[in-house]
Amino acid sequence: MKVNVIGGGPGGLYASALLAKTYPDWEIDVYERDPADNTYGWGIVFSDSTLSRLREADDATHERITDAFTKWDPIDIHFGGEYIRCGGHAFAGMMRATLKDILRERCDELGVGMHWEHTVEDPESYAAEADLLIGADGLKSVTREAYEEQFKPRVRMGEAKFAWFGTEKPFDVFTFIFRENEDGLWRVHAYPGEKSTFIVECTEETYENAGLDEMDEQAGQAYFEDLFADHLGDYDLESKLYQWRNFPVVNCRTWSHGNVCLLGDAAHTAHFSVGSGTKMAMEDAIALQESFVEKGPENLESVLNWYEKERREPVNRIQDAARTSRNYFENTERFTDLDPERFAFNLLTRSGRITYDELKLRDAEYADGFDRWFAGYATDDERRAIARPPMFQPFSLRGLRLENRAVFAPGPSTAGSTGHPATEQRQRLVDLAGEGAGLVLTEPLAVSEHGRLHPGTPGIFTAEHGEYWAESVADAGSDSALGVELFHAGRRGATQPRERGLDRPLDDGWELFAPSPNPYTSRSQTPTPMDENDMARIREAFVDAAERADDAGFDHLQLNMAHGYLLGSFLSPLTNEREDQYGGSQEARLTYPLEVFDAVRAVWPDDKPVSVKLNATDWRPDGFNLSDAFATGSQLAEHGCDLLSVVAGQTTPNDRPKFDAEVLERYSEQVRNEIDVPTMSTNYVTTTDDLNSQVGRASADLCAWYPPDVDVNSL
Amino acid sequence: MQVGIGLPNTLEGTDRDLVLDYARRADDGPFTSIGVFDRLVYQSLDPMSTLSVCAGATEEIRLATSIIAGPLRSTAMLAKKAATLDVLSDGRLTLGVALGARQEDYEAAGTDYRSRGRRFTGQLEALIQHWEGDEIGPDPVQERGPQLLIGGESDPAYKRVVRFGDGWIGAGGPPRRFGDCADSATAAWSEAGRPGNPDLWGHGYYALGDESVAEAGEEYLLDYYSFTGPFAERIADGLLTTPQEVVQFIRGYEERGCDELIMFPAVGGIEQYERLERVVESEL
Repeated sequence: MKVNVIGGGPGGLYASALLAKTYPDWEIDVYERDPADNTYGWGIVFSDSTLSRLREADDATHERITDAFTKWDPIDIHFGGEYIRCGGHAFAGMMRATLKDILRERCDELGVGMHWEHTVEDPESYAAEADLLIGADGLKSVTREAYEEQFKPRVRMGEAKFAWFGTEKPFDVFTFIFRENEDGLWRVHAYPGEKSTFIVECTEETYENAGLDEMDEQAGQAYFEDLFADHLGDYDLESKLYQWRNFPVVNCRTWSHGNVCLLGDAAHTAHFSVGSGTKMAMEDAIALQESFVEKGPENLESVLNWYEKERREPVNRIQDAARTSRNYFENTERFTDLDPERFAFNLLTRSGRITYDELKLRDAEYADGFDRWFAGYATDDERRAIARPPMFQPFSLRGLRLENRAVFAPGPSTAGSTGHPATEQRQRLVDLAGEGAGLVLTEPLAVSEHGRLHPGTPGIFTAEHGEYWAESVADAGSDSALGVELFHAGRRGATQPRERGLDRPLDDGWELFAPSPNPYTSRSQTPTPMDENDMARIREAFVDAAERADDAGFDHLQLNMAHGYLLGSFLSPLTNEREDQYGGSQEARLTYPLEVFDAVRAVWPDDKPVSVKLNATDWRPDGFNLSDAFATGSQLAEHGCDLLSVVAGQTTPNDRPKFDAEVLERYSEQVRNEIDVPTMSTNYVTTTDDLNSQVGRASADLCAWYPPDVDVNSL
Repeated sequence: MQVGIGLPNTLEGTDRDLVLDYARRADDGPFTSIGVFDRLVYQSLDPMSTLSVCAGATEEIRLATSIIAGPLRSTAMLAKKAATLDVLSDGRLTLGVALGARQEDYEAAGTDYRSRGRRFTGQLEALIQHWEGDEIGPDPVQERGPQLLIGGESDPAYKRVVRFGDGWIGAGGPPRRFGDCADSATAAWSEAGRPGNPDLWGHGYYALGDESVAEAGEEYLLDYYSFTGPFAERIADGLLTTPQEVVQFIRGYEERGCDELIMFPAVGGIEQYERLERVVESEL
């Protein structure tokens, strides 16, 4: 069999060596644009787990590679004048050139033909003359380009600017340095090797502020030698092919076509901050060799299918983590208000692969130290010898002290009648109050008969309802703080119970109210557009409900302005088409919800907090979006809103939501850290690890929680 | 978690006797549901007709389409067939529906492939309307229509589950993958404000016996899923060929929150029924 390999980087060489070793009689040729002794690039990083795979695949190279390794455990983080170390990460690294030398030598031993300074411009002819063509030609793969129609690549550029440097200065562990100067915030990723690698990254804005676009290599180096003089000491920075770039994120629909396959960066990239590019390329090579063994060289199509099957999932996982990590480094400015301890914890847990519990395993001393810091931060007490994890630290809103960060927030039920809360609806509050969350909310309670979701929605719109809830509050005791959520269903009202689906209208509903006369679904009832009287009446209904809730003894009040219910539908341009002062700009759309908020805040006691449930996005192109949420959240906070419960979607039934486990946490984090208002995250999380991670990394101050042994949503 | 068994309705040589044998024995045996697959351009038995035969031959067991391609069918016809099957089985139908990924099936059925996602959403809404309404009878025995499970491993799929479904049905694969998808469906459910939890159903493929049985099973899967390219390899790779693998797989699904797992034979004949029954009865 004849194999042509385009690209003489680690992936291409390693694939060639493995195939040559397995099939000594194959004719394998590598074509590389650069000379054999080209030492382009600095250090590369491996995580520990790769090593055993390399040993299984080829002991000879494994031994030489591990001999050349520099190994280290800790990550050092320099931020805000402080230095924090976290151990247990088991890294290994080496110079890219050294790795290439080892692999080149191995290829030589195994009889692989290597053609240096050989530029390939027509991969098709190299495919035609061989049984297999491996495109291992990196980021700007000509192979990928030649077969664009088949591989369907998508290349998007990251937002940040970065440049690679080297230095003789020994950085003995993975080191992150964050430094602000008059031009902006600079991030440095530095790690060990024969020479240390020193990557500088910043936003486009900072890059321009610093005038880097107009500086030559020497001036650029001098800028950073000066800026990081305290870290570099007398050592200089060095460059090879000095260049500021944006990171290209490469994805392909498929990695093989006919007798051609892609491997390494040509097929997929992952941001350098997760240190996996070389690892992925070499694992690709191993999988390709194993596929030949598994399927037999005579079944090339099966071989390449098998290769892709083996690699797709692990590559997806790394790319997911890399995307999150890249987003972190593109937006680090948002976190600079955090204390260094929390900043560091957030950095360590940024990609979601490492959680609070994982850090406990990797470095108990670091993690215990973080707990102690967090406890001191949360309670203003002296630091203690031992502290409970972040989720068990108290949180205060006005005069209310929550004993921990977990919140039970049950969804709507249907057992009531004409607003009368049924026994089981009231009992749920009592039951949940004994289950350990710092705060227990009621399900959304209607402020008027017309504001019910369906006939069985419980309400708090008569004195009698208030008395019923007062009984539950009394029965619930004082283990958890108790909150009431008030809502008016607006145009989503008068539907059937949600046991068999959402928004199925009743045959005989009641009059619905909304900012504009558009039904929620095509089958839904058309709502009455609200006039001044309707607005005044419904505002008063919220006020009366708040007074009853206060009388009933609730500690906290949450106003629902989300999910396409009445107040939420004023906020969204998709559902508010008014031409009076209540529609139009973001600020105008907030007018009525803010009137309601002010009126409620006025009657709700000063020492009791109010939160607002707010959409971070409608998940529609022209809908309420994150910047609207920032503006709206800020204005609410100015008016005395103490916390935002961040949710998303459902403003219209044709939204395009995302349901991954972190999406709502990310919105909560963005709202919290962008506008500096406490938030509650509302994603579906079940473990204490989730809560400790979210609270620890400042994604949220409170978290909705769905522990497996507590049935939050069922009656 | 309960375990169901898949009928060999897409395997060659399956006839009336074998279907009835499977169905009757499953009804008396340790299984709680019977599943069928859906394929048009293939040597296979139509799923709903196959279940109709089973409905008359069984008493207790649930009958599940797992999964049929919804938009391949006219909605009114599907609503009527499902309601009929629900009546004839006395309320035992579980309707698992998804988009279906086979373009050739759509071409053969004369329905548009590319618009199937949008049509599917409308179809689900309409199905429920038909079952609840009076125009197209019969009234299903189950109160608001057959239990409706919706498949698919994407955000739009989970959204359909929470808007219209009683639960989510997975397409197969290892427990971890099932679990990740089931978690997304559950999260979507909770975030949308649906009470309780979605019903979560899964699938597995097995071929129990000697090496030649395993090989035949893999060959079948590679053929059945050949239209998916590399994915066929992944599915064939996951074929469970020993009792130990079957037990581990079932336990894995249970751990990840599955409510009902339907095990499909990848090889024809009644032996596969017997081998699985033995494993389920003695090991679980």
